[in-house]
Parts: sequence; C-alpha cells; structure tokens
Amino acid sequence: MWKTVLRRIMIMIPEVIILSLLVFLLAKAMPGDPFTGSINPKSDPAQLHHLMEMNGLYDPWYQQYWNWVVHLFHGNLGNSYQYQEPVTRLIGSRAVNTIWLALLTTVLTYCFALPMGMFAAKHEGKLPDNIVRIYTYVTYSIPFFVVLVIGIWIFGYVLGWFPTTGSVSATANPGLPTAGSHLYHILLPSILGALFGTVNVVQYLRSEVIDAKRSDYVRTARSKGVPEKDIYKHHIFRNSLLPIAAFAGYSITGLLNGSIFTETVFSYPGMGLLFINSINYRDYTVITALVLIYGILNLLGTLLSDIILSIVDPRIRIE
Amino acid sequence: MEENLNKHSNISAADLDRLTKEASEEATPSSAKIVWNEFKADRPAFIALFIVVGFILFVMIASLFINTPKMMETNIMNYNISPGTNGYTLGADAGGRSIAQQLIVGSRNSIGIAIGLTIISSTFGICWGLISGYFSGYIDWGMQRVYDFMMMLPMTMMIIVLVTIIKNYNAVSLTLIFSIFYWEGTSRLIRSRTLSESEKDYVAASKTSGTSSLKIIFREIMPNISSLIIVDTTLSFAENIGVETGLSYLGFGLPIQTPSLGTLIANANDPNNITEYWWTWLPAALLIIVLCLSISYIGQVVRRSADASQRQGDAEQ
Repeated sequence: MWKTVLRRIMIMIPEVIILSLLVFLLAKAMPGDPFTGSINPKSDPAQLHHLMEMNGLYDPWYQQYWNWVVHLFHGNLGNSYQYQEPVTRLIGSRAVNTIWLALLTTVLTYCFALPMGMFAAKHEGKLPDNIVRIYTYVTYSIPFFVVLVIGIWIFGYVLGWFPTTGSVSATANPGLPTAGSHLYHILLPSILGALFGTVNVVQYLRSEVIDAKRSDYVRTARSKGVPEKDIYKHHIFRNSLLPIAAFAGYSITGLLNGSIFTETVFSYPGMGLLFINSINYRDYTVITALVLIYGILNLLGTLLSDIILSIVDPRIRIE
Repeated sequence: MEENLNKHSNISAADLDRLTKEASEEATPSSAKIVWNEFKADRPAFIALFIVVGFILFVMIASLFINTPKMMETNIMNYNISPGTNGYTLGADAGGRSIAQQLIVGSRNSIGIAIGLTIISSTFGICWGLISGYFSGYIDWGMQRVYDFMMMLPMTMMIIVLVTIIKNYNAVSLTLIFSIFYWEGTSRLIRSRTLSESEKDYVAASKTSGTSSLKIIFREIMPNISSLIIVDTTLSFAENIGVETGLSYLGFGLPIQTPSLGTLIANANDPNNITEYWWTWLPAALLIIVLCLSISYIGQVVRRSADASQRQGDAEQ
C-alpha cells in the first residue's frame, strides 16, 4: 500500500519539474510583455527599459527560470503585473472561491447521483433504469458551457431567481448574511454542474450494485430473511459506496477544467476567471502560477483516487 | 468464371446460383450490414442519422453560396434587428450581420474542425494505444509515463496559452493544437483492449510463424478491435464539437472574423444580448445541443451493434 503511494510520488516529481519548465517557456513565448498595457505616448522608453531590467526580463531564460524556481521554494511566486500584488495572495483569495464552488458541486453531484444509480440498479432493465440511462446520456452529450449559458439565461435573467455575476453581494452585512450571499451566488452553477455531471458516478454505482446483487453474501442475507430494503441499505450500498468515493479525486480534475467556463459565464471571481484575465493582460507570473497549481491539483486528485482504489481493491497494489 | 467451374464439376448454373444464395444467407452479415440493420430497427436512430448527415451536407453546400467577408461586414443600419424583418430570417447581431448566414458558415467551420480533430486525434490515439498495448514492458512503461504527463496538464489552460502564442493561427493550426491534447482517452481505451487481445492464441501463433510486429498490430489486432474503434470515434466526434465551440466561446478558438457556433454563443456574454436580443445566440446553442445529442445517439446505436448481446436489429431479419 505505502509502496504504491511512494512510487506514485516518485513519478510525480519529474512530472512536476517538466511541467514547470514547459509552463515557464510557454509563458515567455507569449507575444508582448507585461508593460505593454501600461505604455502611453508619454511614457519614457528609458523608464520602460529600466522596468524590464529591474524585473530581470532581459536575462537569459535559464537564469530567469532558475530565479523563478528559487523564489518558488521561498513561497514567493512573484508579483502580478496587472494587480500589483503578490501572486500568492492574489491566487489565495481567488482559490477560496473556486474551492467552495467545486466542493458544493461535488456534494450535490453525489446527492443526485447516488439515489439515481441505486434506483437504476434496483430496477435493472426496467423503465426506471431506462429513464436514468437516457438522462445520463443526454446530460453527458451536451457541452457543458452551453448548459451554463442557457441556465444563466433562464434562471438568472428571465426568472431572476439567482444572481448572475460576482461571488458576494456588495450590500450584504458581515457575518451570516455574507456567508448566505456567498452560498446564493454559487448555488446555480453548482446545481447545473451537479445535474450535468452525474454520468460517471451513476454508471459506476449501477454496475457495482448489479454485481453485488448477484453476490453470495446478498443471497445469504436474502435466505436469512433480511428484508429487501435492509439488504440494499446495509449490505449492497455500503459495499458499493467505497469505490464510488474514489471518484471524488478524479472529479476534482474535471471540475477544475470546467471552472474556467463556469467562472467566465457567471463572472465568478475564482481562479478560472483570473486565468482568462491574466491571459488578456499577459500577466506571466499569474499564468505560470495558475497552470502549475492546476497541474499539481490534477496530480493530487488522481493520486487520491488511486490511493482510495488501492485500499478498496487489493489487485491494484504493487507488491 | 462460371464456365470454368462447369468444366471441372457438373453443377448446373441454376444449382450454383441457388447454392451461392444459400451460402450468403447463412453467412454472418458484414459489420456494415449489422450497423445498417440496427439503424433500421431503431427509428429515433434513423432520424438522428438523417439529421446529422442532412445537416452536414446542407451546411457544406449552402456555405458555398455565402460570401463570408461580405457577410461579416458591419452594417449599422441593421443593428440587432429582430428575426423576420428586412429579409433577415433569424435577425442580425450588434454589427448588423445576418445570424442565419453566420449559423451556416459557423456550423461548417465548427463541424469541419471537429471532423479534422477527430481524425487526427483518433488516429494518433489508436496507434499509441496499439503500440503501447502490444509491446508491453519498457516501451509500454515509457509510453504510459507520457500519457500520465498529458493527463496531468490542465488541458483548457494549455490550449489557451498555445493559442495566444501562435500569432496568425487559422482553422488548421487550431485543429492541430486541439489534437495535441485530445488523444489520451482513445489511447487508453485501445491500449487496454490491445493488452487482452495480444494474449490470445492467434497473436501467439502469428508470432511463432514469424510475422513482423507491425503486421500483427495493424493487420491482425486492429481489425479485431475495429468495432471498438468505430464506436469510440463516433462518440469522440460529438465531444469534439464541444471542444472547439467551447474555446471559441471563451474567445480563444477561431478568430472573430471567422464565425463559429462558439463565437455566436459568445454573444450571450453581453447582458443586453442575453435577454433582449436572444436570437443572436440562442439558435446556435440549440443547434449544438441537437447536433451533439444526435451524434452521440448514433454512437450509442453503433456501440449496441458492436455488442451482439444488445442488438435489436437481428430479431427482425
């Protein structure tokens, strides 16, 4: 078990190094420089030159990369050129928003998917199973950003049930009302994300439960006279739940990739929206930091899932 | 040929006809025939196929008659006019450009990119999976590490960064950029099937008789997993429509002068457009939904016909 984890982490290290190098070089290759936006006809070329030199932008790339890595290990990701603020603090404040959104989406996804998967498996091959199958097929096929746009149109603008921009209302009182306003702002994107993200969990749970239904311990329980309801509740569901928990790690990956779309549509100030803004302003330090963070989070998500799976299923473990 | 046969045997022409007919009736139908039967048995699938093929043909032909640069000219007199006025069937956007025409050209561009992306990324993914699965050991280990690395990359972000770097990108370079990131799913699927396939007897027999690895992979294993390949390609086609339109929606797909279904939906980013001028973006959104649903439904039917136990078409033969 620990061997598996250790081995995975050993493989992760070179991956992260390659990613950091790749990201750094790509950001350098982007056209324009961070000061292009602040140039006006009155600005002095000498001053611009000085700024570039101050920030070490004339150094050879390996020197710049080395400086960047050294700073990275000191917990310093540099300053954002656009916001004039340390990148760590900037991303930190945005990351909180993204994480809340992802958490609520994950919780809601499981709330919708678990009953659906159980229900479909219980009535395997019958009408409810078919309905769930059609539902997952429809939600899986439609590109998610289209769902978001139509969702914000119907529920945000036409019906006016949900806010359409921002993460918190400016007029909310501190304390509980602010927290409530935060929740209110992430509710619609989370519900949409959960409704349209059930397919993996539902299909996996369904096949797990169908397998369990035919297993010996269920037959034993049934012949003992355990009521059908209790068989599902205590025997099948418990046994099928753990592998499903493993999906939580993978779903982080999917949610992070989706966060760019969700946050753009809802103008929600999280990391995804910050990325789009930084791209438009050529804010290298923020871009590199964000891609690196997303990459590492992807790795950790997969690692988490693999660890859970290897606990559940001994066949995966490396001896 | 028939005369030749008759010289050496005494089967009459009528008998030969009858025997050939009987043999063809008893033979297992070809895979194309199985798929066709499946479509005939499933009415909605037939409709979906009709919609997709009909729409793609219509869009390809109709866009030939549309002068794109002229269509994209700003015409301020027609600012956001509503559908049905001034000969604009679906109205016009903020630049006075016809939505109907943009829809046609945009669909052509989006579908074209999706087709290109599917062909390139699937071909690459299939080759990667076949080679990785067949040569287990160090080659497989190395290829798997590359796969792991690609899986770690935040795809959307990487594509956006690459698109910003390339100065004059067009549909072709865009398709290539997407292809870098969208072969993993296919390769993983194909690899796991190839792994189990290469343990089978026919592969071992072929190896013993000295067939080259390339020939075993592409002439022997690949035909045996062809149904999986067809299913996966159809399903990833539906997904790939979402890829391009999504990036164009964010503003990092096709350039503004080239309409795409995604850039049309991006009209909804303006709070004015989204409620008052719904015709600027809603048709494109609905079109994407219908297209994606139809294509992946076709994929489901093809998948069903690849799996003999789920077929519906056999019963009615």
